[in-house]
Amino acid sequence: MSGVFPPGLPRLESAGLGSWMVRLFDAIDEANMPWLTALVRDCEKAFGDQLVDLVPSYTTLLVTFDPLRLSPGEARKRLIERLQWLQPDEEPADAPVKELPVWYDPAVGPELSRLAELAGMGLEEVVACHSERTYRVFALGFAPGFAFMGSVDARLEAPRLATPRRRVPAGSVAVTGQQTAAYPAVTPGGWNLIGRTPAVLFDRDREGFSLFQVGDRVRFVPIDRAEFERRGGNTRPMEEER
Amino acid sequence: MTEASVGLRVTRAGPLALLQDAGRFGVRRLGVTQGGPVDLHGWAWANHLVGNAWGTPALEVTFGGLELTAERGLVLAVAGADLAATLDGQPLPGWRALSVERGQQLAFGSPVNGLRAYLAVAGGFAAAPVLGSVACVAREGLGGHDGQGHRLAEGDGLRVTPRRAAVGRTAPRDDAEIDYRRPAELALLPGAQIAEFSGESLFQAFNASWRVDDRADRMGVRLTGPTLQCRMTSMISEGISLGAVQVPPDGQPIALLNDRQTIGGYPRLGALTPLACSRLAQCLPGQEVRLNAAATESALEAYRRFRGGFA
Repeated sequence: MSGVFPPGLPRLESAGLGSWMVRLFDAIDEANMPWLTALVRDCEKAFGDQLVDLVPSYTTLLVTFDPLRLSPGEARKRLIERLQWLQPDEEPADAPVKELPVWYDPAVGPELSRLAELAGMGLEEVVACHSERTYRVFALGFAPGFAFMGSVDARLEAPRLATPRRRVPAGSVAVTGQQTAAYPAVTPGGWNLIGRTPAVLFDRDREGFSLFQVGDRVRFVPIDRAEFERRGGNTRPMEEER
Repeated sequence: MTEASVGLRVTRAGPLALLQDAGRFGVRRLGVTQGGPVDLHGWAWANHLVGNAWGTPALEVTFGGLELTAERGLVLAVAGADLAATLDGQPLPGWRALSVERGQQLAFGSPVNGLRAYLAVAGGFAAAPVLGSVACVAREGLGGHDGQGHRLAEGDGLRVTPRRAAVGRTAPRDDAEIDYRRPAELALLPGAQIAEFSGESLFQAFNASWRVDDRADRMGVRLTGPTLQCRMTSMISEGISLGAVQVPPDGQPIALLNDRQTIGGYPRLGALTPLACSRLAQCLPGQEVRLNAAATESALEAYRRFRGGFA
């Protein structure tokens, strides 16, 4: 295991009654993810129904258990044991990639031109640049099913909006810094909107609920307006959404 | 079990009344928050007094103002805050089970002692679970009496699973009722970033008196007081535990409660214990609180004692 993790890691940190924070890495890296997804599965096995919640995120895994049924000391022991034998999930070159259809258009992606301007590119180039890559889901948070994905091409890096929007339409595809995401529901938001997906990202009636999970590989696939509409996308432009 | 039917009808909604079970668990990895009663203590007692099992949905009434009419005979109990509740205009005693007849009116006034009252009915409020729980989280549109995360509104009917219950058989333990008006002493388990705060800031964190800001809700409670200095200003986002006390760059701590976001990137002093979260949830803006560093063993012992009293 030595050599994989930075000095002093992995480490267990106190995170409140009935929780341990497992710190594995100290920087954001796609190569972290197979270790995190493997540890998630290991913890499910090690804790069984004493487990309350697991929150993997970029470099860490928050493990929450029922302290009435499992003492913090015993939980710590089990985690150390699992960490000693931890092996990353195998990642074949042909590992499945989830495809997210996106209608990239200024009508639903008002910052598309801002990004083009910042990058010195045409709109089509921005779309190509964003949709060529395969991204990794580093974390879910902010809202149910909101997946933080990276890493975006350095040429598309743009800061957050100075004033966040009060209502970002559901399905909006956005970038900020080196991250990209799609908004599962109408929420406030300060990311740069570049398009919209007709896909339902979070569905309470669907098995697994969220389209994306931590560790997933994702590709954005450009579609045109007709296809977007055919798939039930909401074509209302931003101005009318406010 | 007999089928649930409307037991109480909302005749005035008040500012915020939400149906809560113990919380939504197992889905935080999907970005879904925990929900559930912010004062676990008051919620658990209300259920216990009418003989309900742990986890039974009960109403969390914030600030008061809620008015309900009984559509059939019920046994109910109010615990947690004293919000000047009345039954047909007469003061309704808290912390005990009472029989209510069809047509009687239950009304909450305004805070006398504490901020959130819990109303439980024998048999429990009935609602369809969403993602495994009826915990009501408005921001996510999940749970509650209608499954859509809505607060109670005028005209809503609250379904109750009928069950006979003996009135007044269960008395609260001596330590159950709390005077929420007194300064709150909050037990905090120090966290991994504690050494990143300056020595002076650490002294202040645990010796100064803090005030509950009016920016306080079910997501978190901001405390105002001395400005805490931390060498770290932000971190890579990571999972946040219940009660985590994060310190953003403005140096004013925020204690994160049940409806917190699942991940965040501010350094933390540590995490309040579950019972300290409950206590904080009963504080009104302007109230004085103190943070006391606690050890896991004593926090666990206190939590065991609390939970041991409930089925």
